[in-house]
Amino acid sequence: MIPDLGKYAIPVLGSYAASIALILGLVALSLWRSGRVKRALAEVEARQGKSNG
Amino acid sequence: MSIWEYANPKKFMQTSGMLLPGVTVLAFAAMLGGLIWGFFFTPDDYKQGATVKIIYLHVPAAMMAINAWVMMLVTSLIWVVRRHHVSALAAKAAAPIGATFTLIALVTGALWGQPMWGTWWEWDPRLTSFLILFLFYLGYMALWEAIENPDTAADLTAVLCIVGSVFALLSRYAVNFWNQGLHQGASLSLDKEENVSDVYWFPLLVCITGFVLLFVTLVLIRTRTEIRARRLQALLARERLA
Repeated sequence: MIPDLGKYAIPVLGSYAASIALILGLVALSLWRSGRVKRALAEVEARQGKSNG
Repeated sequence: MSIWEYANPKKFMQTSGMLLPGVTVLAFAAMLGGLIWGFFFTPDDYKQGATVKIIYLHVPAAMMAINAWVMMLVTSLIWVVRRHHVSALAAKAAAPIGATFTLIALVTGALWGQPMWGTWWEWDPRLTSFLILFLFYLGYMALWEAIENPDTAADLTAVLCIVGSVFALLSRYAVNFWNQGLHQGASLSLDKEENVSDVYWFPLLVCITGFVLLFVTLVLIRTRTEIRARRLQALLARERLA
Protein backbone atom coordinates (compact mmCIF):
# COMPACT_ATOMS: atom_id res chain seq x y z
CA MET A 1 0.00 0.00 0.00
CA ILE A 2 2.71 2.48 0.98
CA PRO A 3 4.56 3.49 -2.19
CA ASP A 4 8.26 2.74 -2.46
CA LEU A 5 9.86 6.18 -2.21
CA GLY A 6 13.40 4.82 -2.46
CA LYS A 7 16.16 7.35 -1.85
CA TYR A 8 13.60 10.19 -1.83
CA ALA A 9 11.75 8.92 1.26
CA ILE A 10 13.13 11.63 3.55
CA PRO A 11 12.26 14.67 1.39
CA VAL A 12 8.81 13.31 0.45
CA LEU A 13 7.79 12.13 3.92
CA GLY A 14 9.42 15.23 5.46
CA SER A 15 7.33 17.48 3.19
CA TYR A 16 4.09 15.71 4.12
CA ALA A 17 4.92 15.62 7.85
CA ALA A 18 5.91 19.30 7.99
CA SER A 19 2.91 20.48 5.93
CA ILE A 20 0.35 18.40 7.84
CA ALA A 21 1.84 19.54 11.17
CA LEU A 22 1.67 23.21 10.11
CA ILE A 23 -1.91 22.89 8.82
CA LEU A 24 -3.11 21.03 11.91
CA GLY A 25 -1.36 23.58 14.13
CA LEU A 26 -3.08 26.45 12.33
CA VAL A 27 -6.50 24.75 12.52
CA ALA A 28 -6.03 23.92 16.23
CA LEU A 29 -4.93 27.47 17.04
CA SER A 30 -7.86 28.98 15.11
CA LEU A 31 -10.39 26.73 16.87
CA TRP A 32 -8.83 27.26 20.30
CA ARG A 33 -8.93 31.06 19.98
CA SER A 34 -12.45 30.91 18.54
CA GLY A 35 -13.67 28.89 21.56
CA ARG A 36 -11.88 31.11 24.05
CA VAL A 37 -13.30 34.36 22.61
CA LYS A 38 -16.80 32.86 22.25
CA ARG A 39 -16.82 31.80 25.93
CA ALA A 40 -15.47 35.15 27.15
CA LEU A 41 -18.09 37.05 25.10
CA ALA A 42 -20.92 34.83 26.36
CA GLU A 43 -19.75 35.43 29.93
CA VAL A 44 -19.64 39.24 29.55
CA GLU A 45 -22.98 39.31 27.71
CA ALA A 46 -24.59 37.24 30.47
CA ARG A 47 -23.09 39.48 33.16
CA GLN A 48 -24.20 42.68 31.43
CA GLY A 49 -27.61 41.20 30.65
CA LYS A 50 -28.09 40.49 34.33
CA SER A 51 -26.98 43.93 35.46
CA ASN A 52 -29.14 45.64 32.81
CA GLY A 53 -32.17 43.46 33.51
CA MET B 1 -29.89 42.92 -2.30
CA SER B 2 -26.36 44.35 -2.36
CA ILE B 3 -23.04 42.62 -1.57
CA TRP B 4 -22.34 45.42 0.94
CA GLU B 5 -25.01 43.99 3.23
CA TYR B 6 -22.44 41.34 4.17
CA ALA B 7 -20.27 44.11 5.56
CA ASN B 8 -22.79 44.28 8.39
CA PRO B 9 -21.25 42.13 11.18
CA LYS B 10 -24.63 40.65 12.12
CA LYS B 11 -25.40 39.64 8.54
CA PHE B 12 -21.87 38.28 8.10
CA MET B 13 -22.15 36.14 11.27
CA GLN B 14 -25.52 34.82 10.10
CA THR B 15 -24.40 33.92 6.57
CA SER B 16 -20.96 32.57 7.55
CA GLY B 17 -22.59 30.45 10.28
CA MET B 18 -24.79 28.85 7.64
CA LEU B 19 -21.95 28.31 5.14
CA LEU B 20 -19.30 27.06 7.55
CA PRO B 21 -20.38 23.41 8.11
CA GLY B 22 -20.72 22.68 4.37
CA VAL B 23 -17.44 24.40 3.40
CA THR B 24 -15.60 22.60 6.23
CA VAL B 25 -16.80 19.17 5.08
CA LEU B 26 -15.90 19.94 1.45
CA ALA B 27 -12.45 21.25 2.45
CA PHE B 28 -11.71 18.17 4.55
CA ALA B 29 -12.92 15.79 1.80
CA ALA B 30 -10.96 17.54 -0.98
CA MET B 31 -7.74 17.82 1.06
CA LEU B 32 -7.85 14.21 2.22
CA GLY B 33 -8.99 12.85 -1.16
CA GLY B 34 -6.42 14.83 -3.16
CA LEU B 35 -3.48 14.01 -0.89
CA ILE B 36 -4.34 10.29 -0.68
CA TRP B 37 -4.81 10.12 -4.47
CA GLY B 38 -1.56 11.97 -5.10
CA PHE B 39 0.56 10.16 -2.52
CA PHE B 40 -0.67 6.58 -2.94
CA PHE B 41 -2.06 6.30 -6.46
CA THR B 42 0.20 8.28 -8.82
CA PRO B 43 3.37 6.93 -10.45
CA ASP B 44 6.89 8.29 -10.02
CA ASP B 45 8.04 10.83 -12.58
CA TYR B 46 10.66 9.63 -15.08
CA LYS B 47 12.96 12.55 -14.18
CA GLN B 48 12.08 13.49 -10.60
CA GLY B 49 11.23 10.05 -9.23
CA ALA B 50 9.09 9.95 -6.09
CA THR B 51 9.79 13.62 -5.28
CA VAL B 52 7.00 14.52 -7.73
CA LYS B 53 4.59 13.70 -4.87
CA ILE B 54 5.68 16.95 -3.20
CA ILE B 55 3.84 18.83 -5.97
CA TYR B 56 0.48 18.15 -4.22
CA LEU B 57 1.57 20.29 -1.27
CA HIS B 58 4.05 22.72 -2.78
CA VAL B 59 2.01 24.07 -5.71
CA PRO B 60 -1.35 24.57 -3.88
CA ALA B 61 0.43 26.12 -0.87
CA ALA B 62 2.43 28.51 -3.10
CA MET B 63 -0.70 29.47 -5.07
CA MET B 64 -2.66 30.15 -1.90
CA ALA B 65 0.25 32.09 -0.35
CA ILE B 66 -0.10 34.62 -3.18
CA ASN B 67 -3.91 34.46 -3.41
CA ALA B 68 -4.28 35.05 0.33
CA TRP B 69 -2.29 38.27 -0.03
CA VAL B 70 -4.44 39.29 -3.02
CA MET B 71 -7.57 38.67 -0.90
CA MET B 72 -6.03 40.79 1.88
CA LEU B 73 -5.29 43.52 -0.67
CA VAL B 74 -8.91 43.57 -1.89
CA THR B 75 -10.37 43.63 1.64
CA SER B 76 -7.84 46.27 2.73
CA LEU B 77 -8.82 48.47 -0.21
CA ILE B 78 -12.50 48.03 0.71
CA TRP B 79 -11.61 49.17 4.25
CA VAL B 80 -9.68 52.18 2.97
CA VAL B 81 -12.42 53.24 0.53
CA ARG B 82 -15.65 52.24 2.29
CA ARG B 83 -14.59 51.84 5.97
CA HIS B 84 -16.33 48.48 6.44
CA HIS B 85 -14.94 46.93 9.63
CA VAL B 86 -15.67 43.34 8.57
CA SER B 87 -13.38 43.70 5.54
CA ALA B 88 -10.50 44.96 7.71
CA LEU B 89 -11.06 42.07 10.13
CA ALA B 90 -11.18 39.57 7.25
CA ALA B 91 -7.76 40.83 6.07
CA LYS B 92 -6.42 40.44 9.61
CA ALA B 93 -7.92 36.93 9.82
CA ALA B 94 -6.35 35.83 6.52
CA ALA B 95 -2.77 36.84 7.37
CA PRO B 96 -1.75 33.87 9.60
CA ILE B 97 -3.28 31.47 7.05
CA GLY B 98 -1.32 33.07 4.21
CA ALA B 99 1.85 33.03 6.32
CA THR B 100 1.40 29.31 7.04
CA PHE B 101 0.88 28.53 3.34
CA THR B 102 3.98 30.58 2.46
CA LEU B 103 5.99 28.66 5.07
CA ILE B 104 4.71 25.33 3.66
CA ALA B 105 5.75 26.44 0.15
CA LEU B 106 9.21 27.43 1.42
CA VAL B 107 9.77 24.24 3.46
CA THR B 108 8.48 21.83 0.79
CA GLY B 109 10.42 23.79 -1.84
CA ALA B 110 13.65 23.36 0.14
CA LEU B 111 12.98 19.65 0.68
CA TRP B 112 12.22 19.23 -3.04
CA GLY B 113 15.12 21.42 -4.16
CA GLN B 114 17.82 19.54 -2.27
CA PRO B 115 17.57 16.25 -4.22
CA MET B 116 16.66 17.94 -7.54
CA TRP B 117 18.95 20.99 -7.61
CA GLY B 118 21.52 19.84 -5.06
CA THR B 119 20.76 22.74 -2.71
CA TRP B 120 18.19 23.58 -0.01
CA TRP B 121 18.21 27.25 -0.90
CA GLU B 122 19.33 29.55 -3.69
CA TRP B 123 18.92 33.31 -3.96
CA ASP B 124 16.79 32.71 -7.02
CA PRO B 125 14.21 35.41 -7.97
CA ARG B 126 11.15 33.32 -7.12
CA LEU B 127 12.56 31.87 -3.89
CA THR B 128 13.81 35.25 -2.71
CA SER B 129 10.52 37.04 -3.48
CA PHE B 130 8.67 34.28 -1.61
CA LEU B 131 10.91 34.73 1.43
CA ILE B 132 10.24 38.49 1.31
CA LEU B 133 6.50 37.77 1.04
CA PHE B 134 6.76 35.61 4.18
CA LEU B 135 8.53 38.46 6.00
CA PHE B 136 5.75 40.83 4.87
CA TYR B 137 3.19 38.45 6.38
CA LEU B 138 5.09 38.47 9.69
CA GLY B 139 5.39 42.26 9.60
CA TYR B 140 1.69 42.63 8.78
CA MET B 141 0.66 40.46 11.77
CA ALA B 142 3.12 42.23 14.08
CA LEU B 143 1.73 45.64 13.02
CA TRP B 144 -1.85 44.59 13.87
CA GLU B 145 -0.66 43.51 17.34
CA ALA B 146 1.49 46.58 17.92
CA ILE B 147 -1.23 49.24 17.50
CA GLU B 148 -3.89 49.55 20.16
CA ASN B 149 -6.47 51.56 18.21
CA PRO B 150 -8.13 49.07 15.82
CA ASP B 151 -9.00 51.65 13.16
CA THR B 152 -5.45 53.02 13.08
CA ALA B 153 -4.14 49.44 12.94
CA ALA B 154 -6.47 48.70 10.02
CA ASP B 155 -5.29 51.86 8.19
CA LEU B 156 -1.58 51.18 8.64
CA THR B 157 -1.80 47.46 7.86
CA ALA B 158 -3.78 48.34 4.70
CA VAL B 159 -0.87 50.53 3.57
CA LEU B 160 1.60 47.72 4.35
CA CYS B 161 -0.61 45.30 2.42
CA ILE B 162 -0.63 47.55 -0.65
CA VAL B 163 3.19 47.85 -0.53
CA GLY B 164 3.60 44.09 0.01
CA SER B 165 1.45 43.37 -3.04
CA VAL B 166 4.46 44.20 -5.19
CA PHE B 167 6.23 41.15 -3.72
CA ALA B 168 3.12 38.96 -3.99
CA LEU B 169 2.99 39.77 -7.71
CA LEU B 170 6.75 39.47 -8.03
CA SER B 171 6.73 35.99 -6.47
CA ARG B 172 4.16 34.94 -9.08
CA TYR B 173 5.88 36.44 -12.12
CA ALA B 174 9.55 36.47 -11.00
CA VAL B 175 10.34 33.48 -13.22
CA ASN B 176 9.05 35.39 -16.25
CA PHE B 177 10.99 38.57 -15.41
CA TRP B 178 14.39 36.97 -14.83
CA ASN B 179 15.54 33.82 -16.55
CA GLN B 180 18.67 33.16 -14.49
CA GLY B 181 16.84 31.45 -11.59
CA LEU B 182 16.84 27.75 -10.71
CA HIS B 183 13.06 27.61 -10.40
CA GLN B 184 11.26 26.46 -13.55
CA GLY B 185 8.28 28.29 -15.07
CA ALA B 186 4.65 27.62 -14.23
CA SER B 187 3.83 23.91 -13.78
CA LEU B 188 0.21 24.58 -14.62
CA SER B 189 -0.80 25.94 -17.97
CA LEU B 190 -3.80 25.92 -20.26
CA ASP B 191 -1.36 24.91 -22.99
CA LYS B 192 -1.43 21.09 -23.06
CA GLU B 193 2.24 20.91 -24.12
CA GLU B 194 3.43 22.93 -21.12
CA ASN B 195 1.07 21.55 -18.48
CA VAL B 196 1.96 18.61 -16.21
CA SER B 197 0.72 15.21 -17.35
CA ASP B 198 -2.95 14.36 -16.63
CA VAL B 199 -1.95 11.61 -14.22
CA TYR B 200 -0.54 14.32 -11.89
CA TRP B 201 -2.86 17.14 -12.98
CA PHE B 202 -6.17 15.67 -11.77
CA PRO B 203 -5.10 14.87 -8.18
CA LEU B 204 -3.31 18.23 -8.13
CA LEU B 205 -6.54 19.95 -9.12
CA VAL B 206 -8.33 18.22 -6.19
CA CYS B 207 -5.55 19.32 -3.81
CA ILE B 208 -5.74 22.92 -5.08
CA THR B 209 -9.53 22.84 -4.49
CA GLY B 210 -8.86 21.48 -0.99
CA PHE B 211 -6.39 24.27 -0.19
CA VAL B 212 -8.81 26.93 -1.50
CA LEU B 213 -11.67 25.52 0.60
CA LEU B 214 -9.42 25.19 3.66
CA PHE B 215 -8.49 28.85 3.23
CA VAL B 216 -12.16 29.87 2.98
CA THR B 217 -13.05 27.76 6.04
CA LEU B 218 -10.28 29.23 8.16
CA VAL B 219 -10.94 32.81 7.00
CA LEU B 220 -14.61 32.42 7.99
CA ILE B 221 -13.73 30.92 11.40
CA ARG B 222 -11.08 33.54 12.13
CA THR B 223 -13.15 36.51 10.89
CA ARG B 224 -16.03 35.39 13.13
CA THR B 225 -13.55 35.24 16.02
CA GLU B 226 -12.27 38.75 15.24
CA ILE B 227 -15.84 40.12 15.12
CA ARG B 228 -16.60 38.52 18.49
CA ALA B 229 -13.31 39.81 19.94
CA ARG B 230 -14.19 43.33 18.76
CA ARG B 231 -17.61 43.11 20.42
CA LEU B 232 -16.01 41.74 23.57
CA GLN B 233 -13.62 44.70 23.72
CA ALA B 234 -16.52 47.13 23.24
CA LEU B 235 -18.56 45.51 26.04
CA LEU B 236 -15.58 45.48 28.41
CA ALA B 237 -14.90 49.15 27.64
CA ARG B 238 -18.53 49.97 28.39
CA GLU B 239 -18.25 48.04 31.67
CA ARG B 240 -15.17 50.00 32.69
CA LEU B 241 -16.93 53.31 31.98
CA ALA B 242 -20.05 52.36 33.94
